[in-house]
Amino acid sequence: MTDITTEKARIGAPSAQPFINGFTEEGENLSPVNTGTNTSTTSEQPSAGPLGGASAKSHSHGGGVGIPDSSRAGRLTSYKLADFKPLNGLEEDWRFTPLKRLRGLHTEVLNGAAPAVSVTAPAGVVVETVGRDDQRIGQAAIPEDLVSANAWENFAEATVVTVPAELQAESEVSVLITGAGEAPSAQHIVIVAERFSKAVVVLDHQGSAVVSENVEIIVEDGAELTVVSLQEWADNAVHASSQQAKIGRDAKFKHIVVSLGGDLVRVTPSTRFTAPGADVEMFGLYFADAGQHLEQRLFVDHAVANCKSRVLYKGALQGRNAHSVWVGDVLIRKEAEGTDTYEANRNLVLTDGARADSVPNLEIETGLIEGAGHASATGRFDDEHLFYLMARGIPEKVARRLVVRGFLNEIIQQIKVPAIEERLTAAVERELAATDN
Amino acid sequence: MSTLEIKDLHVSIETEQGTKEILKGVSLTIKTGETHAIMGPNGSGKSTLASTIAGHPRYTVTSGTITLDGEDVLEMSVDERARAGVFLAMQYPVEVPGVTMTNFLRTAKTAIDGEAPALRTWTKDVKAAMQQLRIDADFAQRNVNEGFSGGEKKRVEILQLELFKPKFAILDETDSGLDVDALKVVSEGVNRAHEEGNMGTLLITHYTRILRYIKPDFVHVFVDGKVVEEGGPELADRLEEEGYDRYAPGAGVAVAPAVQA
Ligand SMILES: Nc1ncnc2c1ncn2[C@@H]1O[C@H](COP(=O)(O)OP(=O)(O)O)[C@@H](O)[C@H]1O
Ligand SMILES: [Mg+2]
Repeated sequence: MTDITTEKARIGAPSAQPFINGFTEEGENLSPVNTGTNTSTTSEQPSAGPLGGASAKSHSHGGGVGIPDSSRAGRLTSYKLADFKPLNGLEEDWRFTPLKRLRGLHTEVLNGAAPAVSVTAPAGVVVETVGRDDQRIGQAAIPEDLVSANAWENFAEATVVTVPAELQAESEVSVLITGAGEAPSAQHIVIVAERFSKAVVVLDHQGSAVVSENVEIIVEDGAELTVVSLQEWADNAVHASSQQAKIGRDAKFKHIVVSLGGDLVRVTPSTRFTAPGADVEMFGLYFADAGQHLEQRLFVDHAVANCKSRVLYKGALQGRNAHSVWVGDVLIRKEAEGTDTYEANRNLVLTDGARADSVPNLEIETGLIEGAGHASATGRFDDEHLFYLMARGIPEKVARRLVVRGFLNEIIQQIKVPAIEERLTAAVERELAATDN
Repeated sequence: MSTLEIKDLHVSIETEQGTKEILKGVSLTIKTGETHAIMGPNGSGKSTLASTIAGHPRYTVTSGTITLDGEDVLEMSVDERARAGVFLAMQYPVEVPGVTMTNFLRTAKTAIDGEAPALRTWTKDVKAAMQQLRIDADFAQRNVNEGFSGGEKKRVEILQLELFKPKFAILDETDSGLDVDALKVVSEGVNRAHEEGNMGTLLITHYTRILRYIKPDFVHVFVDGKVVEEGGPELADRLEEEGYDRYAPGAGVAVAPAVQA
């Protein structure tokens, strides 16, 4: 791959500059999306990586709700919309998001028809539709931003999927979420994997929608849960999804985000360890094509000792103004001795005019850990790669496919539901075919 | 028996300063079974010739022809040339993200042969070829050229040469940056491919060192985008002693006009 710099975190340097080469051509430090013009701050740190944590922070004043954004732990969380200040787009956690394209998720009352939910579940799994006052709501999540709080305040009913204790679900639970129109709406889903159960839950987002969604996930002690969130929306969809998981003792949780369709998709998954011995894997795959904004901001909260987390997000970009954002916040609190964590983001830029922002943030408050690292790399598939493959007899289309398929397959094969793996492989091929020109 | 024929080839590139002519009338004929060494100083246009034959889009042919058994190579796309039997071992092989060697080799072989190789024998062939070139087995699972050292990249080029069995191999400074052991290993690979009897070779080099292991039938001296002298292996020996200085402009020795073999 050309233009790669991979940097491991240095312990005690939580905001180590993730310096990524190859971005000089799109290199301004401040995302221009919400400022209209490039502000003068651009030249502030000419030698810093354009995606650097420190430079990022230097632009975030005035944003948020007055919390110090030097630590993820300090971010405001609240069930009340009114606790959040209106967004201006300069906040640390919104600075890459084009607010204009949120179509009211941050300003309107979210009372449009919520996407329809239909669940197919194997024997033993319990599916309920409940009101706002259900006991289980608010057990795992609390909004971390205004758009999530807006959904919390406005959702009418919630879907609760429960995998009862010790049940080994024999097939995946499929939650089909189909957009019901373009009025801004709110959605709420709760997934509970009770003690020692084992299941795969697929959230399958399709159709047209403007929706803010909260997904609460409880993984009880010893449970083993996989949640796959597929965003295969229609081209005009706008989707903000906060997916927060609370992880019990010795539990295993695998979270996979796949964003392919939609005009603007912003997924913010958080996992919080609440007891030792748990193991979390978070994977992501995105394929941004012309004009698409696909954003993923994850948070792993190592709040207790002896837990393990692994994060790998991979994205392909092609076409003019294809934009992806990946922000990985990993916090190892003082109590979290024995933590073992590694996060990585890899992007593959297939054409000119696409932009991948990648910001790993690792905060380490204790030195007594097993290991902590991060990596971020963005490679470009350019004419030289193409020439090399074609000079070996491989036709151009096959060459592109070979590269992208190989790159993304590492994530797809994590899903381990053959039907979905096949569907995604086909979807990636379609993405590639769509921009054959 | 095949023939690769280059006639009065003129090639230019676009630079910031405008169009620059690099090849200024190159003629060369290579037949199956022959090894032609092209020797010349840095910047004389050797890589330009190699890349132009392979079809790199950077180079514009302004006049002249390249034919393979009479077929117009210049009309073919890069992949078509490879499938027609032209193989370029590159001076600087690029790292290709996302594609494992295994996957790459099989895909290329399938494209070149027009059908997928039988899996059992193919896997065996790849393994054996890797072993002979002293390439670690775990390279098969790594991405193409990613993180390979200079010498490893060159061996992998020759691995492809042995597996794809082209009609014509163009080796662009495959010897540069190799230590003596690697040079031997790589040369043996080229010689094995030759011994199968269906290949002609254009061996581009800056040094004479590799010619101790790969015996050329013809030597062409290349200076400033042209062949300035041609002869047999003895010409290489002379170059070894005298270097390229005598071809430099202003050097006392008159440059002999190239004579087409
Ligand atoms: N990107 C470029 N811009 C300008 N000139 C170039 C470029 N690439 C190659 N050249 C010129 O083309 C000529 C031939 O280069 P090359 O074919 O690489 O020679 P060789 O392989 O014999 O060393 C050289 O004079 C070189 O300076
Ligand atoms: Mg060269």
